[in-house]
Amino acid sequence: MNRTTTSHLVLRRALPVGLAVAAYGLSYGVLAVAAGLSPALATASSVIVLAGGSQFAFVGVLAAGGSPMTGAVAGLLLNLRYLAFGVAIAPHLPGGSLGRRALDSYLIVDESVALALGDGRDDVARRFRVVGWTVVIGWIGATAIGAYGGQLLADPEVLGLDAAFPAGFLALLAPWLRTRSGRVAAATGVLLALALTPVAPAGVPIIAAGLGAVVAMRFRDHEPSTPVQRPAALTGGADRR
Amino acid sequence: MSQQTTIMALLVLAVGTYLVKAVGPVLASGRELPRVPARLTALLPAALLAALVATQTVVSDTSLVLDARAAGVAAAAVAVVLRAPFAVVVLVGAGTTALVRAVGWA
Repeated sequence: MNRTTTSHLVLRRALPVGLAVAAYGLSYGVLAVAAGLSPALATASSVIVLAGGSQFAFVGVLAAGGSPMTGAVAGLLLNLRYLAFGVAIAPHLPGGSLGRRALDSYLIVDESVALALGDGRDDVARRFRVVGWTVVIGWIGATAIGAYGGQLLADPEVLGLDAAFPAGFLALLAPWLRTRSGRVAAATGVLLALALTPVAPAGVPIIAAGLGAVVAMRFRDHEPSTPVQRPAALTGGADRR
Repeated sequence: MSQQTTIMALLVLAVGTYLVKAVGPVLASGRELPRVPARLTALLPAALLAALVATQTVVSDTSLVLDARAAGVAAAAVAVVLRAPFAVVVLVGAGTTALVRAVGWA
């Protein structure tokens, strides 16, 4: 396979991802402000966290009346998968200084790792960085636009924004529902969360639902599955090739 | 909810997320994650996201209710099955819920 030019890579691969991430970031910005974050804080959250699903979970827990720390724990649990992503991409990133590796770590998101590893063995590091920076720009920029624009919106409930959260989570969940273990994890998570809802503070049932993953580990899938080949949770299937 | 608590929690999420991401590139270059943690971290999002869908659809305070949100999420599910992009799924969910409320069905 020939080395593709950077401009080709940007146009063919990074741009579609950037647009999907931007649409997602726009919804995040609007919903974060609806959940009570200031536009500045919403934008800052995208800069410092840079992991869409967990940010959605964080403001989702806030919107449901849970404590911020509960939201942070739920978000962190969602992001534990980046441990596997980082280990998977690391051998493809040539040595370099500690600073370079620290910066590369920031770029680990679903899209950058999935596209870098899923598109052949050449040029993995370059694809990872180009897609990663595209996600950075699209995600942070769109969050800011959504957050500052979202201030102008009327009553969130009239617009149905409270239903936008579960709708978004459903889109993110979809890729996992295509495997048996994913379905078991999802079903167990739902049961645990709903059973605990009447007795536990808001957000805590979400954290407890993580045990669903432990139950699901016993179930085998027919196809070999690695966390990286599992589709991008950030775009929720929008960029499936 | 105080602003400070929210900022503290966001910092916890940010620093924790960054540390999780950095383990591979900074510490474990060239090594593989053992099977059990690899599988567990891969399945965690499914359990958590499903729990978020369920609670945010049918929970109000601490009780289970069926209201306009359920209609919106059902419509969003159809959009997901049709492989609509993320933003469209969100718009369908919110729009359907708003519509059901405007009409006064739920």
